[in-house]
Amino acid sequence: MNKFYIILKYSFITLWTVFIVAPFLWAVSTSFKDFQSVNSKVTYIPWLDFEPTLEGWKVLIKSPARGGVDIVEPYFNSIFVTCTASLISIVLGTLAAYALSRFTFKVGFVRNNDITFFFISQRIMPPIVLSIPFFIFLSTIGLLDSLIGLVVVYIVLLMPIAVWIMVDFFNRVPKELDETALIDGCNPYQAFYKVVLPNSIPGLIVAGMFCIIFGWIDFFFAFILTFTEVQLLPVKVVALNSSITPWWSLSASALVSVAPLIIVAFVVERYLSKGNLSGALK
Amino acid sequence: MNLIGENISYKPDNEYHLNNISFNFKKGNLYTILGRTLSGKTTLLKTIAGLINPNSGSMHFEDKNFSEIPVWERNVAMVYQQFINYPHMNVYENIVFPLKQRKVSDEQIKKDVNEALNTVGLVGFENRKIQELSGGQQQRVALARSLAKKAKILLLDEPLVNLDYKLREQLREEFKRIFSEGFSQETILIYSTTDPQEVMELNGEVIVLDEGKILQKGPAKEIFENPLNLKVAEISNDPPMNIIKGLKVSTKINFDNISIGLPSHLNNLTDEAYNFGIRASEVKLDENGEEFEIELAEISGSETLLHLKKGDTKIIALIEEVMNFKIHEKIKINFNNNKFYAFDLNGNLVSSPYGAING
Repeated sequence: MNKFYIILKYSFITLWTVFIVAPFLWAVSTSFKDFQSVNSKVTYIPWLDFEPTLEGWKVLIKSPARGGVDIVEPYFNSIFVTCTASLISIVLGTLAAYALSRFTFKVGFVRNNDITFFFISQRIMPPIVLSIPFFIFLSTIGLLDSLIGLVVVYIVLLMPIAVWIMVDFFNRVPKELDETALIDGCNPYQAFYKVVLPNSIPGLIVAGMFCIIFGWIDFFFAFILTFTEVQLLPVKVVALNSSITPWWSLSASALVSVAPLIIVAFVVERYLSKGNLSGALK
Repeated sequence: MNLIGENISYKPDNEYHLNNISFNFKKGNLYTILGRTLSGKTTLLKTIAGLINPNSGSMHFEDKNFSEIPVWERNVAMVYQQFINYPHMNVYENIVFPLKQRKVSDEQIKKDVNEALNTVGLVGFENRKIQELSGGQQQRVALARSLAKKAKILLLDEPLVNLDYKLREQLREEFKRIFSEGFSQETILIYSTTDPQEVMELNGEVIVLDEGKILQKGPAKEIFENPLNLKVAEISNDPPMNIIKGLKVSTKINFDNISIGLPSHLNNLTDEAYNFGIRASEVKLDENGEEFEIELAEISGSETLLHLKKGDTKIIALIEEVMNFKIHEKIKINFNNNKFYAFDLNGNLVSSPYGAING
């Protein structure tokens, strides 16, 4: 019985791993192919099956004038917009979440839970509903087709996630911990950053990860709020697709697009298992 | 120089958590607050700490209006019933934290922390993480942090309640030692608990709290000997005092189906109905006594607790040895007549075997 269970478990894990990893391997091999090796027959192993070439990768850094699609600038644009918006969202979101978790707000019939729900309800709407208001808003303040404009819009999209995650997290940090900090001579601000915040690192990491993922993969707003001045990576990658689908450079661009997320996942993973609140309250 | 509270009330919603509480705590004394869960003990301690702002009333300490001083400047220390420590710090950092907040000099910190670690018996654990400690050790860290601060007011909110039996006994002994020895005359010690035995052992000034009201104040002995009313008698005895309704008729007390001789200290009572109280430990097995049926028999430690019934009269007897009984078995018991309390029908004490009040 036990052995059967172990076999079942590992076969499932193997299956799942293949399911996840196979497309990546396929993309890696395709990115080193040329037109010939993609279209002639099914090939797998470089040098043996097909002659690997760097053409697919070179296209990504060549300027359009020389037949390439320069994704270097959109790449850094994306990094800038995602990181700035995520950082601001986390800072503001964490402060808002702490307030919502620890203090009681009463505005008419509105209570803390209603305010929290109001934040997340921003994400319930389909993004298309927001597109026209955002467009008009950005054009009014003159930030259309600019990095700052995108950062502003992304904060609106990402902060609800940060608030939602952090409220839940702070609710699980015992209130007595703050109180003990106050009794031990911290004013409320010190209690927050000396005691509550260091114990909330797992929550901050999860919230940060979600913000980065949602910011990084957004195509819709990047597409409608930018034109020629500024372009973000997802939009540029889609622009690669012309009359002949360049599978090799598409694969290469897909790989460089997900690379940051994979790195983030690997770095973050070790922090997530660490640090917990046991010991604060047994 | 005392901590004086006057008419403090706290009513966050429709119910009073504290109802017109007044107190006068002197330095160098130990005060125990006895009350059941939800009686307002924690609220009272948090009010003293400054974590709760009462709706009305005033508090003064060292000639200062305490209500105007924020928590972080009050110089109080508090140990919670949950073991609250800073999980991101090790034992040493935990204890140092409040001292660093008050900007105590490094030398003084070293001295105070070592002293505190010594007192709670955690020397050698300085670099342990909080998560690696047992519940009892965690509570010791919390206590050490409170002691190291040398706060003028030390609040202990049911510090033993979440510990297992053995540890509780052990820590209770240590508390007694810590409180009696190394306690400075500059400190007010306030200890809350639900356990009457703890109150008696710590032997301080007792405040009996129920539903946010102070029912009785006085030394532990006084509370034990002369509980002012039925409620206090109930709260301050474990197992609770047996209360039997009965009629005093000249030289007899008639209960439902039992009649006993009138003990001499109840001679002065007028002939009418009373609630008579007798502690479980004053009910003895006796061959010539009244026959009762056993409803439940529990053995706890070296004692046996019997829930007995005769007609509508239900009583609890505490036998100071381990004995095996069968349920529904009939046994004969007798009361130690000299230990009967008499409460009037409103629940107020009229006569006590220790003779303070006589109505």
